[in-house]
Amino acid sequence: MTGDLPPRASGGSSPRASTVLIVGAGPAGLAAAVELRRLGAGTVLVADRDDEAGGIPRHSEHTGFGARDLRRVLTGPAYARRYAAAAAAAGADLRLGTTVSGWDGAGTPDGGLARGDGPHRVRLTSSAGIETVAARAVLLATGCRERPRTARLVPGDRPPGVMTTGELQRRVYLAGQRLPGRALVVGAEHVSFSAMVTLAHAGAEVIALVTDRSRHTSYAGFGLAASWRWHVPVWPSTVVRRLAGRGRLEGAELAHLRTGATRFVPCDLVVFTGDWIPDHELARAGGLAMDPGTRGPAVDTALETSVPGVFAAGNLVHAAETADIAALGGRHAARGIAAFLRDGDGPAPGPVRLPVTVEPPLLWIAPNVLRAGGPAPPGGRFVLRSDVFARLARLEVWQDGRRLATVASYGMKPDRPVRLGASWTGRADPGGGPVTVRLA
Amino acid sequence: MTGAAETGEPRPADVAVIGAGVVGTAITRALAVRDVSCVLIDAANDVGTGTSKANTAILHTGFDTVPGSLESRLLRRGYELLGEYARGAGIPVERTGALLVAWTPEQAAELPAIEDKARRNGVTDVYPIGADELYRREPALGPGALGALVIPGESIICPWTTPLAYATQALAAGARLRLRSRVTGIRARAMEHQVVTDTGVVRCRWVVNAAGLHSDAVDAMMGGDRFTICPRRGELIVFDKLARPLLSSILLPVPTARTKGVLVAPTVYGNVLLGPTAEDVPDPADVATTAAGLASLLDAGHRILPGLAAEEVTATYAGLRAATADRDYQIWVDGSRRYACVAGIRSTGLSASLGIAEYVTGLLADAGLRLAGRAEPDPPVMPYIGQAGIRPYQDAARIAADPEYGAIVCHCERVTRGEIRDALAGPLPPADIDALRRRTRVLNGRCQGFYCAATVAQLFAGSRLPAYAAAPAEQSPAAESPA
Repeated sequence: MTGDLPPRASGGSSPRASTVLIVGAGPAGLAAAVELRRLGAGTVLVADRDDEAGGIPRHSEHTGFGARDLRRVLTGPAYARRYAAAAAAAGADLRLGTTVSGWDGAGTPDGGLARGDGPHRVRLTSSAGIETVAARAVLLATGCRERPRTARLVPGDRPPGVMTTGELQRRVYLAGQRLPGRALVVGAEHVSFSAMVTLAHAGAEVIALVTDRSRHTSYAGFGLAASWRWHVPVWPSTVVRRLAGRGRLEGAELAHLRTGATRFVPCDLVVFTGDWIPDHELARAGGLAMDPGTRGPAVDTALETSVPGVFAAGNLVHAAETADIAALGGRHAARGIAAFLRDGDGPAPGPVRLPVTVEPPLLWIAPNVLRAGGPAPPGGRFVLRSDVFARLARLEVWQDGRRLATVASYGMKPDRPVRLGASWTGRADPGGGPVTVRLA
Repeated sequence: MTGAAETGEPRPADVAVIGAGVVGTAITRALAVRDVSCVLIDAANDVGTGTSKANTAILHTGFDTVPGSLESRLLRRGYELLGEYARGAGIPVERTGALLVAWTPEQAAELPAIEDKARRNGVTDVYPIGADELYRREPALGPGALGALVIPGESIICPWTTPLAYATQALAAGARLRLRSRVTGIRARAMEHQVVTDTGVVRCRWVVNAAGLHSDAVDAMMGGDRFTICPRRGELIVFDKLARPLLSSILLPVPTARTKGVLVAPTVYGNVLLGPTAEDVPDPADVATTAAGLASLLDAGHRILPGLAAEEVTATYAGLRAATADRDYQIWVDGSRRYACVAGIRSTGLSASLGIAEYVTGLLADAGLRLAGRAEPDPPVMPYIGQAGIRPYQDAARIAADPEYGAIVCHCERVTRGEIRDALAGPLPPADIDALRRRTRVLNGRCQGFYCAATVAQLFAGSRLPAYAAAPAEQSPAAESPA
């Protein structure tokens, strides 16, 4: 928190030194730890507030994890265990049940990070006490969460029985809860179908997936499987107008966006899925420049933020991609960190940084900063989000009225990655204005 | 229900207080510490669940009350008493001050009259500032403000800890708390009253009606018909803590003939609060939010503080104010019927609570209730859940002494396993998760349970001994002193 007070009575002891501090032991953080150790980048401390390493895949009890980073397909928990074991075997110091509760020695008036040289000092809180860690580089890999009902401003009564997929999966897979009753899933993207399967596993009867989109945005097979195997329909162009029930949930009032027709659907559970927001609190508390599109810290193609030595990877910078993409981003950031530790950021003043922005109906792009002489983005491609469906779209890259590239994009869907190659980055003028990506 | 015995105790209590909101708990506390035997009755499963839990969480000076009114007097007194009490009890209070911001020439023209009214209410430290000074103090304020009236005494306070502190102290002083007991009738008798609830009868000498939104119904049970409660719903929006740097004071609207306006205020938890709407509703339990209400709040909030538009909403809620046709409090004591009515407290009950309790206690004594002459005891020390002071997770010495205070369970609000454990084992244990939220702030943060709801549910379930569900509706004095 920006307004956080310094801890009481923690002074005196000198900070623990670590070459790199990684915040978050999900796929991005753990993959980065493994890669940093492999590169011989020094000591690596990984802090996670959860009691177990692995991040979100720990409670995603379906298969499909690891295709692009591990070249095999695992269940979420197996994938999480594999990365946790690999990081430990690589010699990373995993601190679990440990919250990074703030930046220490904040040097700017708004409580942000000092822009000068020297290590970054970060405060760790756990049952072992309060400790300051001084690290030459910090990787933020704090992931993302789903917007809850309140943040979506869904009005009505406020009974229990309303949750996000994250809460649902933790209740069912980590706490072993049964959730009998009728359930409504809000959203129809990948995670919404995952919520549907979790609800069925917990004994709930899923009534439908409702989405304000004109159709669902997951794989075609998921929609078919939902209707054939689970007999769960997708209700498109539908929004939740109101929740009702005092003491316990009675149902949801739904409205059809085109006809305006409303109906009341009795149910015992409503699960709000998707609608991701990065867990960016630590980034903002540190005063990092933020990207208005992703709402995560702005990062260049090395995944370095606006503060030298502070990097960010995974779904903090692109909420939300699949776990393997997050892990590959972590690995990419590790290489950037290793280069930073070796060379620094080059001679002062800092390198030229060009913002990369998108125009509607594109929503965001990551990475979103070009740095002169920087590497290619993770996997050689930028990732974007669109708010529209398009069987064939053309992405154009512009700078100062000059078109740098035109790239075809097939099967564009909301909630799904749109990829843009990086071959045009060499044509951007380092002294020019911001680069903009838009649909032709 | 549990089928508690029809006759609760051999001897009637001195006083039955109906309504365990901030006013009822304050009165019970005031009586209990003077050795008056009290039973505090409420239909809900916790204290402070009605108007007391859903308000703007401001400690009002009373600058804008009607001069000479009972509300003005008790609010002024309550403000001083609660400020002092909060310091001792560890109830979070921040002395932010308020700015009554004028956005139109019409509003600016109102400011001198409001300043004069404040002085007549005994709030003499108010003063006007111009636009330049206003924007120096609040740089994130939207464009177009013309000036403001500064009310330095207006403060923000934790509305949850306050009734909990009163009830905790009342229990420690021997009061009994009878929750989950809806009052269905009162048999007013010459020697004793019998308050009939759906869990049995409470015998008492005196009845105090502090039933808030239901005080007209309770008054009717005592044969009265002097007022009708008109529930007025106020919807509010709580913004993410990252919005907190956008303001430093409470930003109040200038009330005009056309519109009452909404306020933007920091909260003691470090959030930003926007509201309330004001809408008369027929149902004294209708605390639903509405699409229109939330939209109107956002519209106003974005004009007052444009930076709010980029921040996430953490929570939305609605509360009901117990308004009456009369502008003033409805407080009187009828010695012949041994009945005190404390109603129509509208939206100022939190700030005025200790003033009201002191006043009602005096009226009861004048009417013949015997009070022990005892010095005011120290308040209980409550768990601190504000952001301005030191929370357990920030306290290295405390973590060293008890590592559970370093084990953060709720990451958004930084609530530790030690604090949850303490609340579950406290003198007034939470009956449900919502009650645990009000004691610890667990689950009240930006993720609304994405990360910790499952863990909290486990901790809560693990604390529930099988006997708890069958526990009698009435809670005996705490076995140990909370302090």
